Amino acid sequence: MSKILIRGAQVLGGDVQDVLIDGETIAEVGTGLSAEGATVIEAEGQILLPGLVDLHTHLREPGREDSETVLTGTRAAASGGYTAVFAMANTHPVADTAGVVEQVYRLGKESGYCDVQPIGAVTVGLEGKKLAELGAMHDSAAGVTVFSDDGKCVDDAVIMRRALEYVKAFDGVVAQHAQEPRLTEGAQMNEGIVSAELGLGGWPAVAEESIIARDVLLAEHVGSRVHICHLSTAGSVEIVRWAKSRGIDVTAEVTPHHLLLTDELVRSYNPVYKVNPPLRTEKDVLALREALADGTIDIVATDHAPHPHEDKDCEWAAAAMGMVGLETALSVVQQTMVETGLLDWAGVADRMSFAPARIGRAKGHGRPVSAGEPANLTLVDPAYRGVVDPADFASRSRNTPYEGRELPGRVTHTILRGRATVVDGKLA
Amino acid sequence: MDTQQHNDDARPVLEAPDIARVLTRIAHEIVERAKGADDVVLLGIPTRGVFLARRLAEKLESITGAKIPVGSLDITMYRDDLRLKPARALGRTEIPADGVDGRLVVLVDDVLFSGRTIRAALDALGDIGRPRAVQLAVLVDRGHRELPIRADYVGKNLPTSLRETVKVQLAEEDGRDTVLLGSQTAS
Amino acid sequence: MMRHLISAADLTRDDAVLILDTAEEMARVADRPIKKLPALRGRTICNLFFEDSTRTRISFEAAEKRLSADVINFAAKGSSVSKGESLKDTAQTLEAMGVDAVVIRHGASGAPYRLATSGWIDAPVVNAGDGTHQHPTQALLDAFTMRRRLVGRDAGLGKDLNGRRITIVGDVLHSRVARSNVDLLHTLGAEVTLVAPPTLVPVGVETWPCEISYDLDRVLPKSDAVMMLRVQRERMNAAFFPTEREYSRRYGLDGDRMAKMPEHAIVMHPGPMVRGMEITAEVADSDRCTVIEQVANGVSIRMAVLYLLLGGNDSAAPAPGTTRTEENK
Repeated sequence: MSKILIRGAQVLGGDVQDVLIDGETIAEVGTGLSAEGATVIEAEGQILLPGLVDLHTHLREPGREDSETVLTGTRAAASGGYTAVFAMANTHPVADTAGVVEQVYRLGKESGYCDVQPIGAVTVGLEGKKLAELGAMHDSAAGVTVFSDDGKCVDDAVIMRRALEYVKAFDGVVAQHAQEPRLTEGAQMNEGIVSAELGLGGWPAVAEESIIARDVLLAEHVGSRVHICHLSTAGSVEIVRWAKSRGIDVTAEVTPHHLLLTDELVRSYNPVYKVNPPLRTEKDVLALREALADGTIDIVATDHAPHPHEDKDCEWAAAAMGMVGLETALSVVQQTMVETGLLDWAGVADRMSFAPARIGRAKGHGRPVSAGEPANLTLVDPAYRGVVDPADFASRSRNTPYEGRELPGRVTHTILRGRATVVDGKLA
Repeated sequence: MDTQQHNDDARPVLEAPDIARVLTRIAHEIVERAKGADDVVLLGIPTRGVFLARRLAEKLESITGAKIPVGSLDITMYRDDLRLKPARALGRTEIPADGVDGRLVVLVDDVLFSGRTIRAALDALGDIGRPRAVQLAVLVDRGHRELPIRADYVGKNLPTSLRETVKVQLAEEDGRDTVLLGSQTAS
Repeated sequence: MMRHLISAADLTRDDAVLILDTAEEMARVADRPIKKLPALRGRTICNLFFEDSTRTRISFEAAEKRLSADVINFAAKGSSVSKGESLKDTAQTLEAMGVDAVVIRHGASGAPYRLATSGWIDAPVVNAGDGTHQHPTQALLDAFTMRRRLVGRDAGLGKDLNGRRITIVGDVLHSRVARSNVDLLHTLGAEVTLVAPPTLVPVGVETWPCEISYDLDRVLPKSDAVMMLRVQRERMNAAFFPTEREYSRRYGLDGDRMAKMPEHAIVMHPGPMVRGMEITAEVADSDRCTVIEQVANGVSIRMAVLYLLLGGNDSAAPAPGTTRTEENK
C-alpha cells in the first residue's frame, strides 16, 4: 500500500494540519510532515472530514437495476464524499433474509468504492405482518444491525413493539418510516395551503407525528432504542425533543432536501419534487435546521432514491416518490447549516459521519481523524460554487431536485481505507 | 380600429354637415333604386358602419314613412387575415327579427378600401340567409381595391395614396362627425 | 389572452370579461339557421379524455364543430399508467399527427399543466378538468350564467360580477368546480361563500379568497346564486358524513330551503345531479334552477375560449406584411 500526504487541510474545519496515510490507516497528524514516498494532496483552504456515512440509501439492487446498482450507487456515494452507506431493504426481492443481505453486502465489497452495510427488513416482504428473521440477518456475513421497512411504516403497534424488543438481543435498532397509513391514503404532497389549491391528496404532518409519538413511548416502555427515518415536520421535532428530555433512547435523521426545499415547489407539478415524506413548509424547514443544530436531530441521511427518467417524466400522480441525494448532500448541508452559521464543520462531521456510524454500529467508520484510525476521509473545497448538472452524476438516475441550482462546496477527494476513490473531484 | 399614428396635420375632408348631407343623398338613392325601399334591410358592419346604418335607417324612415329594419353584421371570424393577428374581440351580429331571406340587404360601412371586409361580409351573410339582392353603401371610397367589389352608394370618392390614412369619426363613438385624411408617419 | 387555459386563477378580470363577452356573441350563433362559424377552419383539435365525461366531451366537440375545426376524439380509459402508454407518449403521438390544440381531461391533478409546460408538445392546451384541481371552462360557463341571470344579457356586456353573493355547497374537498369557481368569481368581484360539512373542506382553505360556513340555512337568505355540487354516495363509506339522509337534511337543497333564498336568486348545478342527495327534484325542475341553461352556455363559453386561444396567430406580435393603415378595408 502506498502513502498519501494530505497537506494543509483544516481538519474538521479547525487547525491546519498535515495528515499522512500509510496503507489503510492514518499514520500521523501534525504540521510539516515529510512527503517522502507519498502522493501529496495539496489541500490548502479545504476541509478534512471523516468519511461520510449515510444511514439511509436506496441502492435498488437486486430488482431495479435500471435505476441504480450497488456499483453505480457506491460510485455516487464516493463522489458525494461517503465511505459507508446503509442500503435500504425495499429491493426486489426484499432484503428480509440472510441470503439477500449477504448478496448486497458482497456486491458492496466488490464495488470497492464505498462500504455497503445492508439494512434488513423488519417484517417479511415489508408487509408489516410477520417479523423477518432479524437474528439470522444479524448473524449473517452482512452483520445487519439496522432494520427498517422503509417505504412502509411498521404501523401495527404490536409488531413494532416486538421488533424493538427483539433486536435488543444483538444491539440492533429499528429505523421507523413514520407514516400512519390510513391518514395518508392517496397522499401526494404535504397537506396544507398548497395541496388545497393544487387539488393533490394531502399527507398530513400528524400522520408522521402520531407514529413517532407512539414509537418513542413504545421504546421507552420496552427499554429499546429506536431510530426515526427522515423526520420532516416541526411537530416531529417537538416530539423527539420531548422524548430525549425524558431520556428515551431515540435518534432521528433529516434529509438534505427537507433542510432546503418546501412544498411551494410542487406548484410546478414537476414530479422531481415528489418525495416521501413530502416537502413541507418553510416553518418546518427552519425547525428541522434548528433541531439538527441543537442535536435533537442526530444525523443527516440522504434517502437517496434513484428512479428511471420515465418514472418522473409524467404527470404528478403517476410519478414515483423520491430524489437522488448522495452527490449533493454535503453541498446542501453546507448551504443550509454551515453558511447559515447553525453548524460548524466539526458539527457536520458529527451529523454526517460520527453519529450515523454510531447509530448503525458501523465498524471502522465515523472515527476521529487521528493516528492509528482507519483512513476513511473526505476532503471538501468549501469555496467552490457550481450549478448542479445531473449529467455529471455517477448515479444511474438523474432525479435530482437541484438541477440548475447553484450549490456551494465540492468533494475533491474521498479516501476509503487509504485508497482514493475520488481524486480532484473525479472518481478514481 | 386604426392603430397607426397620424400626423397632426390630418385634414378634414368631410365635416359633420357634409356627412349628414351625403347620408341623406344615399337614402334617396336607395329609395329610388329599390323602388320604395319596402324590402330593404340595412346591415352595418361594426363598429362605425352600424352607426351609419342606423342614421340611414332614420333618413329612410323619414322619406318613406315606413319602419326600416336595421341590424349589424360582424365579419371578424370571416376575415381572410384572421390568422395574421392575435385573436380579436368580436363585434355584434344582430339580424332584424324578420331575417334577410328574400330581402334587399344594404351593407353599410364607413370606408371602402381593399374590398376584403366586404368579401368577408358577403360570406357572413351567406351563413345567415339568402337575400334577394345585396348592395353596398359606404361613406368614403378611397380606392385601391384588391377584389372585384364596388359600392352601390358612395358618400364621397376620395382618391388617396397608399401612404395616406383615412379616419372616420362619428359622434356615437368618437364624439364628433368628421372624415380625416392624413399622411402616415414613420414609426 | 394566454396561450393555454389551465387554471381559472390564470385569468385576469379583463381576460375573463372578454371571454364572457365573446361567448355572448357566440351564443347568438345557436339561433341561426347555419350554426357554424369559419373561425377555426383547417385547425385540428384533439379531445384527449383520460376520464369518462360524455357531457364535457360533447360540449367541447359541439363548440369545436361550430367553429369549423376538425375534431379528433381520443378516449383513453383508465389511467395512462394502467394502459402502459404515458401521457407524454400519447400527447407526442397526437402532435405528430398535426393536432393544433389539445383539450385534455385527466384524473390526475396537474396533468394539463404538465402537458403545457413540460416541453412535450407545442400545441395550446385547454384544461377540461384535472383531478381535484381545476375545471376552468366550467367556472366560466357558471360565471356566464350568473352574469346573464343577475346582471342581464345585454346589460352584462363588459361587466363583471362585482358584489354578487355566490354560495357554493357540497363536496368542496374533491371538487375542481369549486376551486375554479372560487378563483374566477373572486377575480370577477363576487363574494363567495363555501358551505360544506367540515370533513369536505380542505385543510389549507383559509387562504382561499372566500368565506367558509357550515350552516346552509344562515347563508341562503344572503345569496344571489346557490351552486350545489355533486356529492358522491361513496364518500359516505370514507366517513365524510354518516348517512345520505343526514347529508341531505343538513346540506341538501329542497323547496323549503329554496324559499329562504331572495326572490331573484338562482340555483345552479354543474351536473350530473344526484337527485335526492344534494338537490330535490322539486328544486332541480324549478324555474330558478339553471342546470339546462348551464349546459347550453357551456358550448358558447367553449367556443369563446377556443376562438380566443386559436382564432388568431400564435404570437401577440403583428404578423409581417400587414402594415396597412386601415384594417384591410
